[in-house]
Amino acid sequence: MIRLDDVSVEKSGSRILSDVSLAFGQGGITALIGPNGAGKSTLLHTIAGLIAPARGRVEVEGVDITRARPPERAHRLALLAQNERVTARLTVRELVGFGRWPHHRGRPREVDRRMIAEALDTFDLTTLAERQLDALSGGQRQRAFVAMAWAQETPWLLLDEPLSALDPRHARDIMDRLHALTRPGAARRSVVIVLHDLGVAARYADRIVALKDGRLVVSGPRVLTMTGAMLSDLFETGLTIERVAGRDVVVPA
Amino acid sequence: MAERRLILLALALAGVSALFILWNLRAPMGFILSLRLVKLASLCIVGAAIGTATVLFQTVAANRLLTPGIVGFDALFVFIQTMLVLTLGAAGFATLPVLAQFGLETLVLVVAALALFGALLRKGSDDILRLVLTGVILGVLLRGLAGLAQRLLDPSEFAIVQQASFATFGAVDRAQLAIAAAVLALSVVAALRLARLLDVAALGRGTALSLGLDFDRVIFAALGVVALLVAVSMALVGPITFLGLLAASLAHAILPTWRHALLLPGAALIGAIILVSGQFVFERLLGLQSTLTVIVEFLGGLLFLFLVLRRSRS
Repeated sequence: MIRLDDVSVEKSGSRILSDVSLAFGQGGITALIGPNGAGKSTLLHTIAGLIAPARGRVEVEGVDITRARPPERAHRLALLAQNERVTARLTVRELVGFGRWPHHRGRPREVDRRMIAEALDTFDLTTLAERQLDALSGGQRQRAFVAMAWAQETPWLLLDEPLSALDPRHARDIMDRLHALTRPGAARRSVVIVLHDLGVAARYADRIVALKDGRLVVSGPRVLTMTGAMLSDLFETGLTIERVAGRDVVVPA
Repeated sequence: MAERRLILLALALAGVSALFILWNLRAPMGFILSLRLVKLASLCIVGAAIGTATVLFQTVAANRLLTPGIVGFDALFVFIQTMLVLTLGAAGFATLPVLAQFGLETLVLVVAALALFGALLRKGSDDILRLVLTGVILGVLLRGLAGLAQRLLDPSEFAIVQQASFATFGAVDRAQLAIAAAVLALSVVAALRLARLLDVAALGRGTALSLGLDFDRVIFAALGVVALLVAVSMALVGPITFLGLLAASLAHAILPTWRHALLLPGAALIGAIILVSGQFVFERLLGLQSTLTVIVEFLGGLLFLFLVLRRSRS
């Protein structure tokens, strides 16, 4: 379980998050939504233990994550940050292999090689495994980064806008895989993802955490919380949710 | 493949070193051999130190165009030389105990570098760009101050500062050389111990932290090693700004790997090969003196421009 109690985060004297309290259990996909500057990425990095809150406490599986040592954190959650630049020339297999680093600290064993092969297979990267990262399309490259985070084999996977540079086909491809892998009986992983595309959130999220101006607006199951009224209020523009071909779709009101 | 190329580089260094020592060796052999061995050792130490330091620095800064010289090291060295001559005078500077001067310069360079790195990194390593820019600005300031101070010197004092501001391998003290060799050995061991951690750091701060790397500590340790390597090589022979860029770029081109366990020794070997082979060609084949560092700076500067233009085009 991830639990935040009265968490406030400040940066350069200004408050980015104010008194955020929420809790959610394992399993499924949790989408962080909200307008630009709402504090979604800050919240994700605070959950990851990379930003220390000015006030409050963040617990992941009962452990105060801001006090946990980096290796311990890396066994509890994997964070895929936004727009990471890699200067080294890596193949897809080498990048995904870094996901195992918390387990082997630079000395891979047989179990690590097996997990790398599994992550490559899970994200349909086996045929691209020996290709250089800079020879891949944006979608393939992003899939490789998600596979690296997946290979870390943590109960929680935190993704900061992984779809921001992808076309709808590639975005859907990644979300389909994550959705399938977080269903009960699958890999028993949980995904917390920052999303700008409300259509993607409506289609794939099990839970919604909505933020505005650094404050929590709502947190709970998507079917209960994600309503046209809530979205209109959150984004200060008329939005409604309609059912099209059996799926929820967000459209302008 | 990279391992085999590393062995070839080691063999190449052994080859050019043998040529440097044995080419045209005449009587009195013992005397000439000892002179050549001292020069060879200083060339190898400086080349290896600058090559290693530059690969470390480029990984820390996540930028293959940067060298430690860019963050003001060279300017600080020239400033120290100028202030020593200004305060002690030409005679005082000339009679300064060699080891004391070497120790003082190394200490000031290391302390200044660690103060800069420490002050900026305390706010988090997002500040790498700020660190580089602050270093560039400090470099300009120090160069300006040194230039101002140089106007107060008489011509003979100015000539001493000018001579000390360019790297020269002709007058290396043996005691300094022994200390520099010991510091280099310790620094290379420290760098190689960091190698596996630097492989992860090269993925970027966010990813490295997510993988459980104590990123800030690794970066600070790497910058400490950079400060030590650059300070020792500079105090030994003087500044060579672009040698590091040449060595690191060639290491990345020759060794197709991201593994610092191979890149660091590779850049060290290439740095040494450039200096030893360059000195061999200029001194033994062409009979020229004191032109090697000028050529290294010229070629390094051209490479820098080429890399900048290639990057802006892509």
